[in-house]
Amino acid sequence: MESGDKPLTGAGLSLARGNEGSLVIHIAGNWERGQVLPNPEETLQAIESASPRALGFDASGLAGWDSNLLTFLIKIKEWCTTKNVECVDTDLPDGVRRLLALASAVPERKGARRESRRESFFVTVGGKAQQFVVSAGEVFDFLGEAFVSIIRFLGGRASFRRVDLLLFLQETGAQALPIVSLISMLVGLILAFVGAIQLKTFGAQIYVADLVGIAMVRVMGAIMTGIIVAGRTGAAYAAQLGTMQVNEEIDALKTLGVSPMEFLVLPRMVALALMMPLLCVYADVMGILGGLIVGVVMLDLNPVVYLNETKAALSLTNVWIGLFHSAVFGVIVALSGCLRGIQCGRSASAVGYATTSAVVTSIVSIIVATALITILCNVLGI
Amino acid sequence: MSEGEPQIVVKGLDMGYGSFILMRDLNFTVNRGDIFIIMGGSGCGKSTLMKILIGLKKPLRGQVFYGDVSFWEADPDEQERIMRRFGVLYQSGALFSSLTLAENVALPLEQYTDMSKSQIRSMVSLKLALVGLAGFEEFYPSEISGGMQKRAGLARAMALDPDILFFDEPSAGLDPVSARLLDDLILELRASLGTTFVVVTHELASIFAIGNNSVYLDVDSRTMTASGDPKKLLAESSDPKVRNFLTRGGENAHGQAQVKPS
Repeated sequence: MESGDKPLTGAGLSLARGNEGSLVIHIAGNWERGQVLPNPEETLQAIESASPRALGFDASGLAGWDSNLLTFLIKIKEWCTTKNVECVDTDLPDGVRRLLALASAVPERKGARRESRRESFFVTVGGKAQQFVVSAGEVFDFLGEAFVSIIRFLGGRASFRRVDLLLFLQETGAQALPIVSLISMLVGLILAFVGAIQLKTFGAQIYVADLVGIAMVRVMGAIMTGIIVAGRTGAAYAAQLGTMQVNEEIDALKTLGVSPMEFLVLPRMVALALMMPLLCVYADVMGILGGLIVGVVMLDLNPVVYLNETKAALSLTNVWIGLFHSAVFGVIVALSGCLRGIQCGRSASAVGYATTSAVVTSIVSIIVATALITILCNVLGI
Repeated sequence: MSEGEPQIVVKGLDMGYGSFILMRDLNFTVNRGDIFIIMGGSGCGKSTLMKILIGLKKPLRGQVFYGDVSFWEADPDEQERIMRRFGVLYQSGALFSSLTLAENVALPLEQYTDMSKSQIRSMVSLKLALVGLAGFEEFYPSEISGGMQKRAGLARAMALDPDILFFDEPSAGLDPVSARLLDDLILELRASLGTTFVVVTHELASIFAIGNNSVYLDVDSRTMTASGDPKKLLAESSDPKVRNFLTRGGENAHGQAQVKPS
């Protein structure tokens, strides 16, 4: 029923008085998509002004029709029902009558139609507050379960597949190396650049090594790997678990008596907690390398002198603090990824929401955790 | 466009993935107004054949003619024009989960017609009413049952009054009564709108209730071994595999057919 195939003849419609105050609607021509069709509202007004007692149809001139004729007729029939006017459709083509009957065969289910209601401000605020309490409860539930499963893991009683753990170790660790190299080296470069401009004015270029070394090792290496892993692995975890939720795989695990927490969340969490510190050490090295490049190329420092200066500036405490950061971040990313995945609804858009929410949750938590650890270190004087 | 003229002609079609050939040398014709059944055991390539017919997957060899046009040799504009005449109902409905039922059905109307908003609204209500979902306009797909999702998928497939409707396993996952209602709906649409149907199914009750033409794909010989009206095939075919399929394995197991054509 392609509109280009036929000339636009248009649909014909005319009203004529029948006997005993009835009105006959003559339907003619082509009632198909792409044709010029009569406006149902105008037709209804014309019918209304004639105030008929009954309506009849004459479709002898009808050449072609599709759903457009049906929607038109349905409007007229609806009008007849509301105005209590008899509607005789016996003269309509067979197919039209059968489809009209089919469309009204299943009555509209009561209460199915929804009205949008505007809620008052207080209802909204109250609802949000209740939601917050519920979701906070869910988070603590999840954290508790995760803690229990870790205890079982440490006791060697957790049930999960060792192969899964190895696979996650590879995915989160080795396969993240290229991007971690790139980002942390660039961060090292940037730190060195920013420092170099200031320190050069005092003739203290050599302290670029201290600046880059301490900044990278103590906090920046951990933060950068944390953010990369949140975007790379945390999002993937949320999407994986979310899709499993959509496919009812998580339900299947539960009915098999396998705890999704141990089977799905635990290996991911362990993998990230183990791999994050290693990635962090690697990022530290790459960052120092980035600083070294700036030192050698831009500040004409001797590479050996630069490295010696870095070595002198760094204490083991710095390294431990950096590693502590990264271990915390690993757990944060794994937990928020898995939490959002498990909470995921059962539709495609829910998976998208879970993924976004996992990344946002991880990054916000990483920054907050960094602030807390930094303040703690300050108070403790380390 | 009279009833009975060839609408889809498949000539020498080979299909498969890479170097793996799933089915070879398929030849059949779907006539206008047919309810054409693609049948065969699991894994024989029924759904793949449908994907080729609706233009989602290129065949390894051979041609699919729509009218006089060979679909896979036509230019993209022509392909686009042909595809516009299809409606497809996917196995699980494939409704867009972020849109309400009304928005799902309205999407093709907004995309390809210049209807006004109120026209679209009444068209959407009509299509949903035809599949028995009147009043469910504002529901999201995740809020209704599987059978309802399938019917809503049908409403979306019918949105543009297509010439040809493709169904992938329409009765899978439906209870017998709903499956029967869907069959009735197919027959009704064919009778009143003259729509051609291509149905992929292995539901025997449906095959005999609605099909008037068919092709049987055989897994072992990797080609079609029978075609024609399934009721006639049941009565006349001498191919033991086709008979076995159409009788639910009844003849071999018990020496007589268990399922009789309705």
